[in-house]
Amino acid sequence: MTAEFWITQAFNGLSYGALLFLLASGLSLIFGVMRIVNLAHGSYFMLGGYVGLSTVWRTGSFPAALLAGAVAIALVGVGMERLFLRRLSGQTLGQVLMTVGFALIFQDVALLVWGGDPYSIPVPAPLQVVLTAGALRFPAYRIFIIAVAVIVGAILWLVLDRTRVGAMIRAAVDDREMAQGVGINVHVVSLGVFALGAALAALGGVIGGGFLGVYPGADFEVLPYAFVVVIVGGLGSLPGAMVGSLLVGLLDNFGKALFPELSYFTLFAPMALILALKPTGLFGRA
Amino acid sequence: MIDRRVAAGAAALALAAAVAPALPAYPLTLLTQATIVAILAMSLDVLLGYTGLPSLGHAAYFGVAAYAVGILATERQVGLVGCLLAGVLLATATAALFGLLAIRATGVYFLMITLALGMVVWGLAFRWVSMTKGDNGITSIPRPELGLPWSLAAPLPFFYFALVATVLAWAALGVLVRSPFGLSLKGIRESETRMRALGYNVWLHKYLSFVISGLFAGFAGVLWAWYNGFVSPVDVQLVTSVETLLMVALGGPGTLAGSALGAASIVFLKNFVSVYTKRWLLILGAVYIGVILFAPRGVLGAFRRGR
Repeated sequence: MTAEFWITQAFNGLSYGALLFLLASGLSLIFGVMRIVNLAHGSYFMLGGYVGLSTVWRTGSFPAALLAGAVAIALVGVGMERLFLRRLSGQTLGQVLMTVGFALIFQDVALLVWGGDPYSIPVPAPLQVVLTAGALRFPAYRIFIIAVAVIVGAILWLVLDRTRVGAMIRAAVDDREMAQGVGINVHVVSLGVFALGAALAALGGVIGGGFLGVYPGADFEVLPYAFVVVIVGGLGSLPGAMVGSLLVGLLDNFGKALFPELSYFTLFAPMALILALKPTGLFGRA
Repeated sequence: MIDRRVAAGAAALALAAAVAPALPAYPLTLLTQATIVAILAMSLDVLLGYTGLPSLGHAAYFGVAAYAVGILATERQVGLVGCLLAGVLLATATAALFGLLAIRATGVYFLMITLALGMVVWGLAFRWVSMTKGDNGITSIPRPELGLPWSLAAPLPFFYFALVATVLAWAALGVLVRSPFGLSLKGIRESETRMRALGYNVWLHKYLSFVISGLFAGFAGVLWAWYNGFVSPVDVQLVTSVETLLMVALGGPGTLAGSALGAASIVFLKNFVSVYTKRWLLILGAVYIGVILFAPRGVLGAFRRGR
């Protein structure tokens, strides 16, 4: 266990945590505003990756892939919320079953359209370089992921904390009925947050496609991670999603490196423990 | 009304027992599968339908028991009683431990924590390769012998074996939910605060319901390992837990016979649809959405209320 080992693993954990933040911040916001347990959130990640892949094939442009993935999946999210989930507000079991139904359908549609082979999204040349410092190697693409997560996190925080729209969202998180009572259109806020959450997950999917690849099954593979982040951080809390993503990214990387046989256990067991001690998560409120 | 439902369930079981010898191999296999999965669905119904606790990790107890049987039967050549005891006890112990963590939470938080605990078990099944063989699963699990002239390795005797097990589980759970304890569970489902005010130990009732539910899920898991001869992480994954929820929701939570019929419907649907089309995931997904949109109280509930 040299210093290089710790630095490299910490860096990998950090960049994976950054990717998880893109995925989980949206899930957390959606939960905060609508109390919806969305098991189709991993599907947004996977579908975003596939849409990004097709865009790169057509246009050759990575930024276009990011945009196309985010917009397309935001529309999918809007359709799901507006047509199906809205009528189930307050019915937890119904929401779980319905979002699983959608996840299964998305899985099959992806298989139908893109087939069963794994693909990797080609990333622009400047991001393919590897920075070295002595024996340490830092791929530029992982630094790019961290930068995107920091920027997205900063924008989300500014919007939520400093703008009128953000105040409306926070009001809807704290007390939906009261917010409606003072004239906030909670339906529109919900729809907007759902679209944003889906778009962020899709963004994560396109970016993740550059180093994890795009493949069938990615949806249910990332879903538990997103849930762990949200559970650990506290439902509906942006700082919680940040801390949770970092924690999960690091735990996952060190767990896989140090105890390969127990790696999922080292991830889920601390979470179960946190929940047992503080059922609302680190930053959550009841 | 309750008696009519019991009569309908008993008639369905009797019919299954009567037609089984005449069935070709594949439908008989599915029928056996349906009876075992019915136990799993009924065990979840105790928690979801009678206590009002939606668990998203129910496959964990099922899977723990199935893995216990898989490992003991292949590596230690343990027989019927040993496997049954080990599987059920391990599942019960897992539920007893998880219950301590989960019962404190309510509503969506309960859902989340059971999901997380279920993932702990899945993670172990998937990664603890030296114990569970990881993604490959444990293969060629032998069926036990009863010491009777009919070998359980043959499909028909095993079907009757599973059928008897299902009847026993149904009867035990039926007695449980009609007992004063079961009625208290219903009371907690309707109003936790009122039951607390009446002096009931709500935590203990919920905890016992959780553990009993895990015990019967474990019983189903033991039978599953023998039936399938194969255990893999698929048996403990999230989708399996959700599918069990669907079965209970389809049959109408709070009706044991309904859950069993819901289980049978999903087993037959899944397998028949996958014979005719590759797009069975699409159809299964549509079933999930359709059930919630058109029969939110379950198919039996929809008929019962004339809607």
